[in-house]
Amino acid sequence: MTEAKRKRCLLQGNEAIVQGALAARCRFFAGYPITPASEIAEQLSVRLPAVNGTFVQMEDEIASIGAVIGASLAGVKAMTATSGPGFSLMQENLGFACATEVPCVIVNVMRGGPSTGLPTGPAQGDVQMARWGTHGDHPIIVLAVSSVLDCFTITVKAFNLAERYRVPVIILSDEVVAHTRESVELPLNSEVKVVDRIAPAMPPDWYKPYQEDARGVPPMASFGDGYRHHVTGLVHDQDGFPTQNPQEVEKFHLRLSMKITKGLSDIQLTKKYYMDDAELFVVAYGSVARSAMRAVEEARQAGIKAGLLHLITLFPFPRRTLTPYLQQCHSVLVPELNLGQISREVQRVNQRQCAVVKLNRVDGKLITPHEIYNRLVKLDAGRVG
Amino acid sequence: MPPSIQALTHKYLRHNKRFPHVWCPGCGNGIVMGALLRAITRLELEKDEIVLASGIGCSGRMPTYLDFNTLHTTHGRALTFATGIKLANPALNVVAIMGDGDATAIGGNHLIHAARRNLNLTAIIINNSIYGMTGGQYSPTTPFGSTTTTSVYGHIEHAFSIAELTVTAGASFVARSTVYHAALADQLIEQAMMKPGFAVVEIISNCHVQYGRRNKIGNAVDMLASFKEQAVTVKRAATMEKEELRDKITIGVLADRDLPVSTDEYKRIREQARSKREEK
Ligand code: SF4
Repeated sequence: MTEAKRKRCLLQGNEAIVQGALAARCRFFAGYPITPASEIAEQLSVRLPAVNGTFVQMEDEIASIGAVIGASLAGVKAMTATSGPGFSLMQENLGFACATEVPCVIVNVMRGGPSTGLPTGPAQGDVQMARWGTHGDHPIIVLAVSSVLDCFTITVKAFNLAERYRVPVIILSDEVVAHTRESVELPLNSEVKVVDRIAPAMPPDWYKPYQEDARGVPPMASFGDGYRHHVTGLVHDQDGFPTQNPQEVEKFHLRLSMKITKGLSDIQLTKKYYMDDAELFVVAYGSVARSAMRAVEEARQAGIKAGLLHLITLFPFPRRTLTPYLQQCHSVLVPELNLGQISREVQRVNQRQCAVVKLNRVDGKLITPHEIYNRLVKLDAGRVG
Repeated sequence: MPPSIQALTHKYLRHNKRFPHVWCPGCGNGIVMGALLRAITRLELEKDEIVLASGIGCSGRMPTYLDFNTLHTTHGRALTFATGIKLANPALNVVAIMGDGDATAIGGNHLIHAARRNLNLTAIIINNSIYGMTGGQYSPTTPFGSTTTTSVYGHIEHAFSIAELTVTAGASFVARSTVYHAALADQLIEQAMMKPGFAVVEIISNCHVQYGRRNKIGNAVDMLASFKEQAVTVKRAATMEKEELRDKITIGVLADRDLPVSTDEYKRIREQARSKREEK
């Protein structure tokens, strides 16, 4: 029935992120224009007011994420979108959102770096910054998109994870995904599963905004709904007030990490192609995963037992998914548009079980299926990189 | 009869908070906090209707002690968080409390843009001309020639006039007081909170520990006395020469004007966007 009403449309990745955000009931966007992310802001400026939402263009990226956190604290699902330099500016407040457990979504359409870098070419240089850009130990969720349809579904997923775990979720996109137009069939709003944060159910006097419980994710009250509480980026106790008591400080850190660890199976998303009998495999994400898919198909046609592990969740790094394949295969190829930011993770998990081979490009151009295919052929023949 | 301090303390201080507070005895921050609470009492606002957001520094701790919806943000960014809160829930009365370093150095850009944007927000800027919490370094409002821990040879930069800056940047309401003129401060905060649009109250305050002592102005009481000396009302200032005004503090309302408020304007945008969608 509903199938009939679905519409096919020709969309860019950035546009699909907008659609995904609206479907996930995002009702607030604050941002600062930057290539190649600007279309997200432009479209939301038109569409948010029509659904009683709010768009605001701030004076810079620091202000943008500040406003996003403020809006989320007031009970509205909120996001921002930027590119490398803007993402650098957001790091301090990103840490604030981690420490205060404020759900929000930050899209980084990656561009070449460092500095102003290469604004109009694809790159994947911000992977480790997404993980470790803000100071201190903290958990974070980083998702990567590789197609227009992904941009929709992963954005919905990002909001759902943000709300469920009370964390900022980062979506890494790249110029190719952002600006390629594809024909996609998006689900209807009624078909999209949307998760909302859990509101406190106890009387206001009993509410402890950061109370430890089995799930590790305390219910979240919004400003104005009667549960007056204090929010601070200082290490705080379960009442939300600053503390230096070593026991409370440790508890604070451990709970932040624990809530993510408990959700690993829900958070760590991967897609597997031809992995069951693979003898060698590719680990890829973002636009590179599309090239890798094609290369693996061609390799299979050539009789090479290649597979693809397509990472959607980059952090927390899906170690448990990867490990069995590192034991099963003789080599793993990690193509990336950087000098090796996820291959480090693969190496860390690998513990010398199989050969980890890098394939890197940092010239602002895509890694082609052909390049990956050639490496697979070599690896298959020589069983070394 | 204004409510007694004790009545206000019982009503508004968080008794589950681990007092004592972090402020030095005699610090002007306490006077500003009192002024804010008296203004809120007079406005008869419910606790749940108020959000206090602060930045970092001695003044940044104020919301921690008060029983409202409170937020202690990153350094300089209080107004950006406040902007998000206000836009997401315009029914809330959002007050940002900042120090001079917070509001005009790291947060200077946000301050001028908040004034320009003209959301219905209130900014209280406690100006003590110094970075107190980090040990007495010069701030954008430290007077020329002053001694601080980073200007022991005498400060060679010039100070911002916060209130005048925000008048120029487009705030709907701008006023200044000192902590000596506490009753005026109450009144100005009350007016600011009632004013539709961006409202700024700059309150000249004493950091006798870091500033007064080093610049030989003396203790808290001496500093308050100096504010009394230096203050001239807006009305009187209008009749004085520029030269005469050099070391004076102009107090009172500097700007009070009715400008379109972007929180209200956005309602129009929503209607427009909705009707456009219906046309389709
Ligand atoms: S250091 Fe200065 S501003 Fe800070 S609490 Fe002490 S007197 Fe007040």
